[in-house]
Amino acid sequence: MKKISLVQMKEKQKGKVVEFVDGSNFVNKIMSMGIYPGRKITKLSHFVFKGPITIKVGRTVLALGHGMASRIIVEIIE
Amino acid sequence: MIKRICLVGNPNVGKSVVFCRLTGVQVIASNYPGTTIEITKGYLEIGKEKIEVVDLPGTYSLEPSSKAEEVAVSLLKEYQKDEIIVINIVDATNLERNLYLTLQLIEEGYQTLVCLNMCDDTKHRGITINAAELEKFLDVPVISTCAVTGVGIKLLIQRLSCSTSFYLAGSSFTGKEVKLITRNKLGHRERWQEIGRIIEQVQHLEHRHHTLREALEDASVRPFPGLIMAMGIIYASFKIVRFVGEFIINRITDPIFFNLYKPLLEKISSSLGEKDSLYHFLYHLFIGDLINGKIDFKQSLGLLTTAPYIEFGMVLPYLVSFYFVLSILEDTGYLPRLAILLDNILHRLGLHGYAIISILLGFGCNVPGILTTRILESKRERFIASTLISIGVPCMPLQAMIFGLLGSFGGFYVGGVYLVLFSIWIILGIILNRSLKGYSPELLVEIPSYRLPPLSILGQKLLLRIKGFLIEAVPVVLLGVLLINILLFFRLFDFVSGVFAPIITGLFGLPKETITALLIGFIRKDVAVGMLIPLALSAKQIFIAATLLAISFPCIATFVVLFKELGFKDLIKSSAIMIVTGLVVGTILNFGIIH
Repeated sequence: MKKISLVQMKEKQKGKVVEFVDGSNFVNKIMSMGIYPGRKITKLSHFVFKGPITIKVGRTVLALGHGMASRIIVEIIE
Repeated sequence: MIKRICLVGNPNVGKSVVFCRLTGVQVIASNYPGTTIEITKGYLEIGKEKIEVVDLPGTYSLEPSSKAEEVAVSLLKEYQKDEIIVINIVDATNLERNLYLTLQLIEEGYQTLVCLNMCDDTKHRGITINAAELEKFLDVPVISTCAVTGVGIKLLIQRLSCSTSFYLAGSSFTGKEVKLITRNKLGHRERWQEIGRIIEQVQHLEHRHHTLREALEDASVRPFPGLIMAMGIIYASFKIVRFVGEFIINRITDPIFFNLYKPLLEKISSSLGEKDSLYHFLYHLFIGDLINGKIDFKQSLGLLTTAPYIEFGMVLPYLVSFYFVLSILEDTGYLPRLAILLDNILHRLGLHGYAIISILLGFGCNVPGILTTRILESKRERFIASTLISIGVPCMPLQAMIFGLLGSFGGFYVGGVYLVLFSIWIILGIILNRSLKGYSPELLVEIPSYRLPPLSILGQKLLLRIKGFLIEAVPVVLLGVLLINILLFFRLFDFVSGVFAPIITGLFGLPKETITALLIGFIRKDVAVGMLIPLALSAKQIFIAATLLAISFPCIATFVVLFKELGFKDLIKSSAIMIVTGLVVGTILNFGIIH
């Protein structure tokens, strides 16, 4: 299965979180908001020029910065 | 012995609404994460006891990541664990994510009571939650509520009163008690696995097709329709504020002032008898100067003439319309969407998208604007946001006076003030971002669902804000006008205007008397603009003076908040930036605009 970052995902694609790239503070925060390995997410939108990315996690819509998104690794679900 | 009840929960689950219901204390509640940035306290009477209830800022976990979250967590630690009861407010439409904090609270050994809020919203979203089952899994009481309508609050209080720690006679309630329980501490991953197991048992989801609301929710976070929607909404908001404000002035306040109040005042002033020097002084104080033998509300500068007219006849109408529109934007849940759309631009200024909420609040009054910068993560960001708000965001009273004064010269000048301020904002932001050490943190925020706020809730909030304005502003305005009159009467301004004449006249091209208005701006901006009226300035001069008032000294209230939020050193830094900006912009406007 191909592993890509949230940034590389296309809009409306679904994926499963696999791992995070470094930063324990960031991981703590994002885990408490409901993003953890094994969690299914859907990418909603993507803003150009390294703008924010929005995703749907369960019933929550989250917006996160480009840098954070690039540190979340997902596996695409067909 | 229970000393305190804490309302704890994720951001935007309705803690403040529950707080209002429990204590009767009115606080501002909105539909975006981070509305509550200060702790509010109230009291709940249980039997004969009065227990302190504290409304805490929202937090996702007990490991804080912003200043507001730090406040929440530190408050929990102020008392021993057996001295507080935690009411954990949970968004029923988002149970899974909310349970993370719930488990953490229980694991840490807090006496917890879960309040399953927004239960009215679950039905049409196809969510069914078995509260009794959830109670079993968590081993703490679970109560379903809908705080906005008040459903379930009575039961919540009842459950509180029969908790083990109150020992109330006659509370023959059977059900789970609020008590200390022990639960193993889990790591992130195990905790989520545990939540997964619980959710599977207690929550049932029905598949629903996309509703119009969901389609709108999705569209507003996409760049293409989102940005166009945003431009439309901002334009419409501005138009509505102007329209409603003018409507109130023309149809309500002006008729009252000119048809009722003025004849009354004139009768009183003409019936007064002999004129000695004391009479002169008092007349000067209360009525002010007569313009062509008549009272002029805008120019007389008396305690009974100009002071009430500025506050109630010019500022209040716009304040009402501004907060009306802002409340709608807040309560529908649109603001966080605006934050995403503007994130890119604000990053260039060293901020991230969420700062837009502070900025919008700053347009009403700089004080709450600067206070809400607490939701931003870093000190650097808070410094930039506070400085930009105090320099480049004119508060509503100031704007109302600018509309009143410059509006008669045409929209060109009014638009000009905004354009100049906006440019300052961008340039200053870029400079600050480049020159300050550090970097701007990234946006990480939850986007709430759209909600249609009930009119009664909107009305209550509007009333609360207007009341706040009247209590804070009216005494200061009266005091300001009193001070001005005494200074004018004894000609004390003459000395000051002489000292500042080279700057005021030489650089800004304004008559030296304008300094009095600029100085009064330190007390209140609206009164300051009012003082420009008798000076008979040209449109260009008013334009420059009004812009300078917006940039220069923030009023005293803002100054105090800046001091409290930033500390002395940063306040001085911020003030220095302000003074330099004012000098540069005033000079450029004076020599750059050909009249």
